[in-house]
Amino acid sequence: MNLNALWEYANPKKFISTTDRVLPWVSVLSVTALAAGLIWGFFFTPEDYRQGSTVKIIYIHVPSALMAINAWLMMLVTSLIWIVRRHHVSALAARAAAPVGMVMTVIALLTGAIWGQPMWGTWWAWDPRLTSFLILFLFYLGYIALWEAIENDDTAADLTSILCLVGSVFALLSRYAVNFWNQGLHQGASMSLDKEEHVADVFYYPLLVSIAGFVLLFIALVLLRTRTEIRARRMRALLARERMG
Amino acid sequence: MIALLIRDLRLAMRAGGGFGLGLAFFLIVVVLVPFGVGPQSTLLSSIAPGILWLGALLACLLSLDRIFALDWEDGSLDLLATAPLPMEAIVTIKALAHWLTTGLPLVLAAPVFGLLLSLPEAGYKPLILSLFLGTPALSVIGTFGAALTVGLKRGGLLLSLLVLPLYVPTLIFGAEMARRGAAGLDVTTPLLMLAGITCGTIALLPFASAAVLRVNLR
Amino acid sequence: MPMGIKVSDLTIARGGIKVLEGLSFQLAAGQALVLRGPNGVGKTTLLRTIAGLQPPVSGRIESAVDTLVYAGHADGIKATLTVSENLKFWAQVFGNADISAALEAFELTPLSNRPAGALSAGQKRRLGLARLLVTGRDVWILDEPTVSLDVQAVEMFAAAIREHLRQGGSALIATHINLGLDEARILDVGPYRAKALEIDDFDGAFL
Repeated sequence: MNLNALWEYANPKKFISTTDRVLPWVSVLSVTALAAGLIWGFFFTPEDYRQGSTVKIIYIHVPSALMAINAWLMMLVTSLIWIVRRHHVSALAARAAAPVGMVMTVIALLTGAIWGQPMWGTWWAWDPRLTSFLILFLFYLGYIALWEAIENDDTAADLTSILCLVGSVFALLSRYAVNFWNQGLHQGASMSLDKEEHVADVFYYPLLVSIAGFVLLFIALVLLRTRTEIRARRMRALLARERMG
Repeated sequence: MIALLIRDLRLAMRAGGGFGLGLAFFLIVVVLVPFGVGPQSTLLSSIAPGILWLGALLACLLSLDRIFALDWEDGSLDLLATAPLPMEAIVTIKALAHWLTTGLPLVLAAPVFGLLLSLPEAGYKPLILSLFLGTPALSVIGTFGAALTVGLKRGGLLLSLLVLPLYVPTLIFGAEMARRGAAGLDVTTPLLMLAGITCGTIALLPFASAAVLRVNLR
Repeated sequence: MPMGIKVSDLTIARGGIKVLEGLSFQLAAGQALVLRGPNGVGKTTLLRTIAGLQPPVSGRIESAVDTLVYAGHADGIKATLTVSENLKFWAQVFGNADISAALEAFELTPLSNRPAGALSAGQKRRLGLARLLVTGRDVWILDEPTVSLDVQAVEMFAAAIREHLRQGGSALIATHINLGLDEARILDVGPYRAKALEIDDFDGAFL
């Protein structure tokens, strides 16, 4: 595939016309996969012999936690694209992804608390993973607040991109610092390529479907929000032009 | 560059609130803690390292918005940016001046405040060392935050929101080192990590701060 | 490298909107150029762009390395430092030491130990202009330098500029008042005002 062709989609016009066609499909697919994964997971899997039915929250908890991290990674990549190639769509996509990622973080934290209460006997513990997610939430909060605070769009894009880069380094540092600081209650990774480690197959396949649903949902939401940002941006540009006469 | 440092230090001394304010704030935090948690010296001595680190961090945070705001308002920042100093040098000097006026006094005052919180005797050396190693990182990271928010009205609150998550690793390793020291444990690992974070931020973050400042000036 | 500045086909923007386009001029050693134009046309943006504080949208600005000095609306004066401390700081930043000539030229010598915060607005402005002398730079880029100066101080300023030009320096000045500099050329930037974007351009950028 010609890589130059990829940059075509950085043109706002091209982006809108392409997503016009793609977005409905992604939306339908995401709803289907979500429904399939969750229904399969909730109603057609056995109960865990230790955890009982509470284990089923895994079908929301794990995918949302994955997306919370992946959303930040996506913001990191789009921020880099903005810094290097200055494609406006890229900066706006980062802006659009942030609130989605933040909501995913909140969902992961909430479902984790609900799951943790019966399992560990507490809603919250200063476990490394939980703490890392709380810190990630703070990073999202700061990033979004900075976008909102700056009036000039290009300035905001520049500053938030650099914040995202610096923040990524510090988020990673925090992750290791937190691990060092406290050994946790949280179980090992639910998802792993190593088959021995992850959860049993009966739980694993519906989980995969559910994760696919969350990924598609994330893509659909980001595309939708990016379109909104582009249109808002165009409106501001038109208003500015009008003022100039 | 030296001229800029001397000017900043002189300004901090003349304007008042440069050296004194952070220190006074630190004192108030330390005085308020026993009111909040009770006066038992066993309890106090076990939380003393953490409280002292938190107090130092908050005192540092308090003065961050002054790093660039005053120079921005009176136009000095524009003039400095067009002067024959690289922007990276300007932000480094600014961070150094901030550390000398805020961080260093906190490090020096920490033993006295440790006394107030009945810090165990073994804890003094690690506490001072950890603050001495960690506060430069706080100043450098804070300078980045100040550069991000320099042009904004009501940037103060946003500045805290942006900077506090960035302070997490420094705080964890710094407070951990002080805590282990107070408990008589080995402090090598947190000491090395803290030193690493400080060296890393001093080496790399000025480039980000300078880039951000250039964006804000244009 | 010629002294002075050469600007060719320059387009500049403020807040993401083009304000001036297709601007070209040349400023040689010993010359002064006065920029005129209605408020908001982009004179300040032009000067900031030339001073290197913001990048141009397109076009070229050529000048020798380290020859420009910029003075904006604000003077960058620290109220708690004395007049001579303020000047000495800028002299050191630009690698010079002597400030007495600058103090003399703007009649600040009697005030030199006064805290700058105690100066009147006009005196502060004189201090800000004295800063130009201690930098030792050739090309002065001045944005409304005569604000809050009285008639006598404006003459003082004009004399300083004349002396600077005589020594081979040059000056680019945005101002509305008549400085009494007969040798200065005048450039009205009004005709270079950027036209609103064609709707087609726009669709490419944002639709």
